[in-house]
Parts: sequence; structure tokens; C-alpha cells
Amino acid sequence: MDGPVPYFHWGFIQISLANLVVIGVMLLIFVLALVLPFPGHRGRRDHDADQR
Amino acid sequence: MTAAERSGGIPPEPIAAVAVAAESTDEKGGWTGAAAGWLERRLPIHKLLPTRQPFYIGSWVYVFGVVTIAALVWVVLSGVILAFFGPQWWHVSSIGRFVNSLHFWSVQLFFIFMVLHLWGQYWAAGWRNGRAPTWMVGVVIFLISVVTAFTGYISQQNLDAQWIAVNAKDAINSTGAGAFFNPLNFGQMYGLHVMLLPIAITLLVVLHVIQVRLRGVVAPLGATEADLVDGDSPAASGS
Repeated sequence: MDGPVPYFHWGFIQISLANLVVIGVMLLIFVLALVLPFPGHRGRRDHDADQR
Repeated sequence: MTAAERSGGIPPEPIAAVAVAAESTDEKGGWTGAAAGWLERRLPIHKLLPTRQPFYIGSWVYVFGVVTIAALVWVVLSGVILAFFGPQWWHVSSIGRFVNSLHFWSVQLFFIFMVLHLWGQYWAAGWRNGRAPTWMVGVVIFLISVVTAFTGYISQQNLDAQWIAVNAKDAINSTGAGAFFNPLNFGQMYGLHVMLLPIAITLLVVLHVIQVRLRGVVAPLGATEADLVDGDSPAASGS
């Protein structure tokens, strides 16, 4: 914990490993939220079929 | 002596008549009546606490907002405990360090999910159809949260806090704001962190949720009329 923090450099961008991991996890959560089905929520097609 | 005679010849009014008179006064005017009428018109209860939500709400993207609020609740609760027991307790005792960590990590989750909520609303253009004030209040909450986190880092009472404060003092001085916002003034930073800024965030979050309730959650881009009907999703989203 008291050692130097690893940093990454790309041109003018400089970011610590910890911050890079946080951003990566956030992107992963965002993509999962878009693609994973919501529990208890039926598809649009099922809903339309019930209406007919 | 009758009641009318005791009151100087004026007969006492029946209770029902007094109630009707008060109601008509409310309708006609008076500050209380005007406020009641305004609240009834602007904040109808069926919009504040809807039992159904549009079909498109059934997505994890709409959970980010309410998770942010849940994290804020933990931030405030752990912060209240830290304020009661003080720096020696949160640095030395094991339970103090635990609550200190709880405060730190709930703040991390608060920011992570606030930014995820921001991404979701940005890509859905959440400011459409009269929702610009809702978006702007969200922006202000984000900016105040950054300042609150900054004053929190300075309030840790350790070397990290001193290092941040000394460097920030130069940065704030360069903006010309150092005369009234001094990171080396612990009393000012701590007061802002535990009192003024949390109250501002809490009030603005309440306003933000009311705005979302009144306008409803913005429909996805390209949504058709069929998508706008009530769906099966429970009305649990704070997004």
C-alpha cells in the first residue's frame, strides 16, 4: 500500500492503474446493463401478443 | 344567559358552517390556500407515486439513478457516525476504521453509479421534451459532489489530507478564489463537508427525483407510440 502506484502513459494521457480499472469496470457494468434482460420484464412481442 | 348573549349578541356559528367558510377562503385566496392549490396542481400524487411505468423502463440502465441514491444514504449515515466520534476514533479504533472505510467506499459507489446514470441519460438525450431543468439540476448535483469529495479528502486528518490541501491551495490561489475558499483552513473545509454541501446535495436530489416524477422518464430515442403504453414494470425506478 505504501509503495509507488503504477501509472500508464500514452502521449499526454497519464492514468493510475487503479483509476484505469475503475473506468474499465464502469464500462463493463454499462454494457451489461444494456444487454442483460431485466427480471420480471416480458419482451415487447409477448406484451403485444397479450393485447391481441 | 344564552351563548348568543354571552358573545355580545352574535350567535355562535355551527362547526360545519365554519369548515365550509374556511374551505371557500382557501379557494378564494390566502397564502395557505394558494400554496395548497399550487401544490395540488403542480405535484399531483398520481405523478409523484405512480403505480405503473412505461414499457421501456424495464432495463438495468434505469436502475443506476436509484442505486446512486442508495449509495448516498450510506454516505450520509456513515458520515453522521464519523462526525459524532471524530478523527482519533476513525483512525485508531477498528470499528472507527471500518466506518471510515464504509464512508469512503460508499462515496466511490456513489460517484461510479452517478456517472453511469449520467452516461445513460446522455446517450438517451435525457433533456428532451421539457426535461432540461432536470438535466441541469443533475449537473449541479455532480459538480457539488466533486467539491464535497474534495473537502472530504482534506478532512481526513492524515498526511494525505495535508498533501492534497497544500497542493490545492496553490491551485485555488491561481484561480483567484483563495481568499474565500482556503483548503488550508480546516474549519472551513470540514464545515463545508459535513454541513453545507451535504444539505445542498440532499435537497437537490429530492428536487431531481420530483422533477423526474413530474415529467416521467424520457422515452428512448426512436420510440414509437406502442412503446409509450404502460408496461409490466413496477414503478420502482428513481432514474
